[in-house]
This record gives sequence, structure tokens and C-alpha cells, in this order.
Amino acid sequence: MPERSVILDAAGVDRALTRIAHEIAAHDECGAEVVLVGIPRGGVPLARRLSALLAGLWGHPVPVGSVDIGMHRDDLNHRAAPAIHPTVIPFDLSEKTVVLVDDVLFSGRSVRAAMDALNDFGRPRRIQLAALIDRGHRELPIKADFVGQTVSTLLEETIRVSLQEEGGADEVRLEKK
Amino acid sequence: MNWTRHHLLDIESLNAEEIQLVLSTARAFKAVGERAIKKVPALRGKTVVNLFVEPSTRTRTSFELAAIRLSADVINFSTEASSFKKGETLRDTARNLEALNADVIIIRHSSAGAPHFLARFLRASVINAGDGAHEHPTQALLDAFTILEKKGRIAGLNVTILGDILYSRVARSDIWALTKLGAKVTLCGPPTLVPRVFEAMGCRVTHNLEEAIADADIINLLRIQHERQRKTMFPSLHEYTSLYGLNRARLAQTKPDVVLMHPGPINRGVEIDSETADGERSVILEQVTNGLAVRMAVLFLINGGQSPEETAAV
Repeated sequence: MPERSVILDAAGVDRALTRIAHEIAAHDECGAEVVLVGIPRGGVPLARRLSALLAGLWGHPVPVGSVDIGMHRDDLNHRAAPAIHPTVIPFDLSEKTVVLVDDVLFSGRSVRAAMDALNDFGRPRRIQLAALIDRGHRELPIKADFVGQTVSTLLEETIRVSLQEEGGADEVRLEKK
Repeated sequence: MNWTRHHLLDIESLNAEEIQLVLSTARAFKAVGERAIKKVPALRGKTVVNLFVEPSTRTRTSFELAAIRLSADVINFSTEASSFKKGETLRDTARNLEALNADVIIIRHSSAGAPHFLARFLRASVINAGDGAHEHPTQALLDAFTILEKKGRIAGLNVTILGDILYSRVARSDIWALTKLGAKVTLCGPPTLVPRVFEAMGCRVTHNLEEAIADADIINLLRIQHERQRKTMFPSLHEYTSLYGLNRARLAQTKPDVVLMHPGPINRGVEIDSETADGERSVILEQVTNGLAVRMAVLFLINGGQSPEETAAV
């Protein structure tokens, strides 16, 4: 039985997302050119929630999409074929500020794959990164622009993010082997 | 679930979950084909060989384009230009291709079991692109994908396969795939081409066209394969058409939302008339589009499937 500790409860997840939304809004007064793109699976519902929060702050709808990274991973030779999720980007990325949204930022390889995948959809003005949790151990020169909570972890530990969209309550746990 | 197979040799040995995994993966790859940039880097650096020991244009082109869109390098090897004419055996040809470090060998062969034979000694992945009258797995997968897309489900649907069943690898693969996914399959055609022995595969067999199409949700027409028939199985093409050819009058006897499918190439005026083939119930060209997505999914999954040695090591 792995040892577990709760890092964020439901209220904590809520506060973290609200803080990220305010930071995104502080960077961009009107937000007319901002779009959110979630990385499956956890980043997609988080992007939707951030979109709703930002719509409240800016007073207009904020487009939200998702980008599959399964076809762009750099470890396809070392593992079974990953699950492929739909890429849904129903808007033009050109000249937009794209905020990539992921649940946990770890090695940075998912983010690199997501940026590669976005290349095929246009040339955004800039790409920013929002992560609910930054657990460190980066393997690439990638840094989040907006972080809900930074957690120092050991490599062999696991961060589990449960979201109400998947059934159950919002919670982030650290699990030790 | 994860895909764990190193080869795709037939539908018979797949279970329903594996078939569904291919179909759901294909859905994402179909979306890639609709983008401005239709290429993804998933198979970058991999070498895919099309080993077509029996002529084929559409299946070879579809596999070739699928591999290219996944960023693999593709070599086409056909009977015409090959050393088969000089008497090289299939085993030697395949070993030579593997010596060039081919990662995937896609084989079409007139002998049933040729892909299984290669899979016994090759380290490369083998994909069956049609072996004799045995199986054509990617055709069955694309047919299932098309049905799912059109009808939203497969379980419980009435699917009628009409025509030359006896000589058809498409029919055998379709029967395996559709019955595993819960469809009710009816086979229809002249008794010489639709023997009762197919009832053992869980199908209804009838030689009466009206009965076969009345309650069908899907009608899958198969080509009359002149080239595969060693003797005449029915008196004339004209008689076949008058008894089993699909036309407007017969279409009027079917459900209004029936979907017409055909694996191609069509013999216009034989198994289906031109008006019906080009009509609004026909999804023949969508099958071609879906074939590309399904073959991309198969190549992608096979590339991630573990080889037997790796599985043993785990």
C-alpha cells in the first residue's frame, strides 16, 4: 500500500486555478487574443475551467481546445503505443497568445511534444504554459509561466490529480512507493 | 488497454477490445488527414516496406500514404520489378528486406497464410494486406470504422454481405470483425459462391436477395472476382446482375437509411449499377478516406507493440 499525502484538496485546487487565472489576466488586460489549449488528459478539463474563470474576468468567452501529444512523443520506440486523444483546435492560432494547460509539469517532454504538435496549426504570437502542479525534475529547458503549486518530489514519487470531471472530487496527492 | 501485438496477421485472432482500440485510434488519425498539415512525426526514422506479390493499386497506395503521413520511409516492392521473376523464394526476399533494416513489412500475397509464414521468422512487424482468399484485416477494420461512423454503433445492426463470398478475403475478415463487435451478418449470393458452410462462422446464409436486403442496415457489396475464379461459378455476368445486382428498384425495397458499401474496385453494371454506386446511400469513397486513417492507426499501434522477445524479457 503506497503512502499518500494530500497536497491540494478541492478548495486548494480551486484557489490555485483562480490564482492562475488572475495571473494570466494580469499579463493581458483585455485577453482578446488569448486562447487556452489543454494537454490530455488532465490539462483538458483544467483548460475549460480556466476559460470559464477568465471569461468572468475579461467579460467575453475565451476559446479553449485540446492538443494530442501521442503522435509527437519522443519515446515511441521505448513503450507501447500511447492512447491517442482527439486534437480539437477550432480556431486559428496565428497571432494568438496560446496558453498551454497541463495538470502536472514534470520532465517537460509532454510540453515539448505539445509545442511540436501546435506547429501544424499555425504560428502563434507566443506560447505560455500553465500547470496546476510543478513537481520539478525537468529534462528540457522548459519553465511554466503560471503555476498553481510547486511541490518538491523524489523521482520515484508519483503525483496523482483527480478531477471532478472524471467523477469524484478534486484532489492532488503525492504517493510514495 | 494497450496494444501488445507485433504483427497484424488476421482479424480472427483479435478480440473485440483490440478491434475497438484500432477504431478509436483511427478516429484521431482521420482528424490529422483533415488538417492543413497532414503529417505527424510518430514513425520518423522507421522503414516500411510494401511487399505486394499480387497486383494492387488502392491498398498499396493507401498503406504507402499512411506510412508517409506518419513520417516513415517507404519502399514499394512489387512482383513486376522484383526478383520473384528470377525465382527467389518469398523467405529469401523477406530476409533481404529485413537485412535492409525494414521495421514493418506489409505483404499482399495470392497464397493464404503467407503473412503468418513471414511472421514466424522475421523480427520486423508483418501486416497482412490480403492473403489469397483468407483475410484482409485492414479492409475489415475500415469497414467497421465506416459503419461505426455512419450508424454510431455496430452491435445489433443487420449487415448483409452480398456477392462472391467464397473467394473473398474481405468477406472472411468482415465476418470475423462484425460478429465479434456484435452485428448480425447475413451472406447472400449464388449458392456456388455462398455455400452453407459459412453458417459455421455465425452468419445467416440466404440465396434470396429480397430476403437478404429487406431488414439490412448495411449492405456490403463484394466485387465479382473474375481473376480468382478458376471455373465458372454462375452461367453469366448478366444472369448474376439480374439476380443479385443492386439497382434503384431493389434499393427501394430496403430500409430508407440503409448504407451501401463496396471495397472496390467496382464492376459498374455488374454487382451495382452506376446510379446506385454514385447515389446518396453509397459511402464507397468515404471508405477510401477511412482506409487511410485505419492504416495509420494500425502502423502506429504495431510500432508500439512489443516484439515477442521484449515481452518475454519483461
